[in-house]
Amino acid sequence: MVAADIQFSDELQAYIEEWSRKEGGLVMMLHRIQHEFGYIPRAAAEKLSLISGIPLAKIYGVITFYHFFKTTMPGKHRIAVCMGTACYLKGGQDLLDETRSILSIGPDEVTDDGLFSVDEVRCLGCCGLAPVLMIGDEVFGKVTKDQLPEIIAKYRNK
Amino acid sequence: MAYKNFILVCGGTGCESSRSDEIYRNLIKEAEALGVKQDVQIVKTGCFGFCEKGPIVKVLPSESFYVEVKPEDAHEIIAEQVVKGREVKRLLYQKDKSAATAKLEDIEFYQKQFRIVLRNCGVINPESIDEYIARDGYKALEKALFEMTPEQIIAEIKASGLRGRGGAGFPTGIKWETARKAPGDVKYIVCNADEGDPGAYMDRSTIEGDPHSVLEAMIIAGVAVGANMGYIYIRAEYPLAIERLKIAIAQAKEYGLLGENILGSGFNFDVEIRLGAGAFVCGEETALLQSIEGKRGMPVPKPPFPAIKGLWGKPTVINNVETLANIPVILTKGAAWFASIGTEKSKGTKVFALTGKINNSGLIEVPMGTTLREIIFDIGGGIKGGKKFKGVQTGGPSGGIIVEKDLDTPISYESLTALGSMMGSGGMIVMDEDDCVVDVSKFYMAFCVDESCGKCAPCRIGTKQLYGLLDKISKGKGEEADLDKLEKIGKAMTKASLCMLGGSAANPTLSTLRHFRDEYLEHIRDRKCRAGKCKDLVVYEIDAAKCIGCGLCARRCPVPCITGEKKKPHVIDASKCIKCGECFAACKFGAVIKR
Repeated sequence: MVAADIQFSDELQAYIEEWSRKEGGLVMMLHRIQHEFGYIPRAAAEKLSLISGIPLAKIYGVITFYHFFKTTMPGKHRIAVCMGTACYLKGGQDLLDETRSILSIGPDEVTDDGLFSVDEVRCLGCCGLAPVLMIGDEVFGKVTKDQLPEIIAKYRNK
Repeated sequence: MAYKNFILVCGGTGCESSRSDEIYRNLIKEAEALGVKQDVQIVKTGCFGFCEKGPIVKVLPSESFYVEVKPEDAHEIIAEQVVKGREVKRLLYQKDKSAATAKLEDIEFYQKQFRIVLRNCGVINPESIDEYIARDGYKALEKALFEMTPEQIIAEIKASGLRGRGGAGFPTGIKWETARKAPGDVKYIVCNADEGDPGAYMDRSTIEGDPHSVLEAMIIAGVAVGANMGYIYIRAEYPLAIERLKIAIAQAKEYGLLGENILGSGFNFDVEIRLGAGAFVCGEETALLQSIEGKRGMPVPKPPFPAIKGLWGKPTVINNVETLANIPVILTKGAAWFASIGTEKSKGTKVFALTGKINNSGLIEVPMGTTLREIIFDIGGGIKGGKKFKGVQTGGPSGGIIVEKDLDTPISYESLTALGSMMGSGGMIVMDEDDCVVDVSKFYMAFCVDESCGKCAPCRIGTKQLYGLLDKISKGKGEEADLDKLEKIGKAMTKASLCMLGGSAANPTLSTLRHFRDEYLEHIRDRKCRAGKCKDLVVYEIDAAKCIGCGLCARRCPVPCITGEKKKPHVIDASKCIKCGECFAACKFGAVIKR
C-alpha cells in the first residue's frame, strides 16, 4: 500500500494541516494518526510525509523511538498488562505469561481471528489495584490468573 | 438553594476503574427517583488517596467515609443517609472487623499526612473552576499580577526553599531567576507531567484532582520569568488527566485567566498540551524539550542549561507538576509559612505513591522530615499478611532500596541520597520477604535497557551488560567474580553517562548488592533463591506426610508432571516441572513445598 491508497478522515486531514504549520508538531500528528487507525500504517506515514514535508526517514526515526507508537495492527481488543513495579511484585509477569498462553500469541502478535493482542505496559497509574490489566478502556484490578479466562471470554463476543 | 448533604465520589483513575463513575450516576439517578435531588449535591472529586479501599465515597456534613462502595450501594446511601439521615454502617471504614467505625480524621492513613499539593484532591470537583476559586484559587495569580514585581515573586519562591519535586531537588527560585535574567524576548514555561517511574502516580492524581493549581502556577511562573507561552508535556497514557486539563484550560480562558490581557493586566499567557509517547528518558529535561520539538527524545549535554537555552534555543523553565502545585500556596500563605514546614534543607511536603506489599496502598502527602517508618507502619498500616519487611524502594528505577535499620531516617533530599537511594519523583514501593533482590534488580535493569535512548555508550552498553550478569545470577549460573563486575560497570555508568537515566540506572543493583550481598552469594554458591522468585532456582516437592492424595495439584499441573494414586501421596517429576507454581497455589494442605 502506498500513500495514495490510504484515506484520511476530514478531521485527521484538518488536524495534520493545522499541526504541520506549528513547530514540532510531528509527535502530535503521529498520535492523531494512531488514534484513527489503531497503529501507524506505512502508507499513513508516507502520506504524512507528503503533506507535511517531513522526510519519511525522520518520521520513522520518531515512530520507532517511542514505545507508544505501533507499526503493526493490534487486535480488536488490546489487552495491556501492567508491568509497573507494584504490579510486577504482585504477579504482573505471571498474568502476562498466562494471558499470552491462553491466547497462544507472543509479543506484537494478534490472534488468528484478529480479536486480541497483548502488550506489556509501564504503569497504568492505579498501583493501589495491583496487579492490573486493561482491555480497551476497561481496567481490571487485583486480577488473579484464575479470572483471566472469564475476562477474556467476556470480550470474545463483544 | 441550600443542600442538606454533599456526596463526594472519588473520580481518580484507581476508583474510576472500579466503577466509581457508575456509582456517581447511580447516586444521581437514585436522588431523582427518591425525590431528594434538591437536598443533596453529588460531586465527582479527585483522588482521596486511600486507593487500597476504593472506590471511596464521602458524605458531608456527617463526614461519613465509605469504602469499597459498589454501584448497587447507591440506593442505600441515598435512601438511608439523605432521606432518613442515618449512616450506612456496613460501608463505613473499619480498621478490622471488631473495631468501631471511623471518621476520616480517625483513620491512621490520614493522621500523619499534611496536604499542600493535594489540598483540593478529594475536596473539589476538578471540572469546576468555580470550586477551585472558592478555595482561594487564582488568588495567588492576582497577587502576582497586581501586588508583586517579578523580582518579588522570585524572591518569595527562593525564600520558601521550594526545590524541584521531579527528583533532582534543584531550587525552583534559582531556576526561575536564571531564566528571568537570561537574555531573550521569547521564553517558555514547561510543565513536566511525563510521569515515567513505573509504580508512581502522584502527578497523574494531582492533575486529575486539581488541574487548575498547575495552570495557575504556570501563569505565575510566566509572570515571574517573562514568558508568554507554556507547554504541558503529559503522558498519552493518562487520558483522564488530559481531559481534565483541557477542560481547565477552556474554563480559565473563559474567565479571562488565560490568554490575552489576563484580568486586564496587559499580561498574555497561553498554554498548550503536548503528548508524550512512552519514553522514560523524556523525564530528563533536555530530552523532554527535544520531544516537544517533535524529535526523538534524546538528551543533550548540559550546560547550557534549559533556563539559558532550552526549547527552540530560548530560555525555558521546566518544572514538575508537584513543584508547580506548591506555588500558589506559597504566594498566598507566604514563604515563611512554607519554610516552617520540613527539614533544614528540604522544605514543605512530599507526595508519595505508596504501593507494593503494604496494607494501605495509596497516595500520601507528608511533611519533609517524616520518617520512613511512620510512612510504612503508621500511614501504610504495615506489611500485608503479617509478612516480614524487607526493604522499600524510593526513586523507582533510578533509586535504591532502603532497609530496616535505616527506617528512622527523616526524609529529605540529602538523607535519601546518603542512604544510596534518592528522593525521586515519589514512588515508594514496599517489599517483603517474598521478594528477591536479584529479581527486582533484574526487573529494573530490564526497564533501563528498554528505556536507554542509546545515545551514550556507558548507558547503552552498561545497562545491557548489567542485565546479562543479573540474568545469569538469577539462573544459578553466576560466579563470584560477577559481583565485582556489577560494581565496576555500575560505578562507571554512574560517572560517565550523559544524563541521569544512565547515571542512576545502576542504583537499584548497587544498593541491593550493598545491603543483600549474602543473597546474591546464595544465588551463586548455593544456587538458591530464598524468596522463591527466581524460577530456575526453585524446586517444588510434595511432602508425603501432608499429602492426602486429593489430586488437585495433578489436575492443575499444565505439563503434567505430578503422578500418584488417589488418596496416596503424589510425586512431582522435577525433570519435567516447568515451575509454574500452580500446584503450590492449589494445595490446601500445605503439602507442596517450594525450596
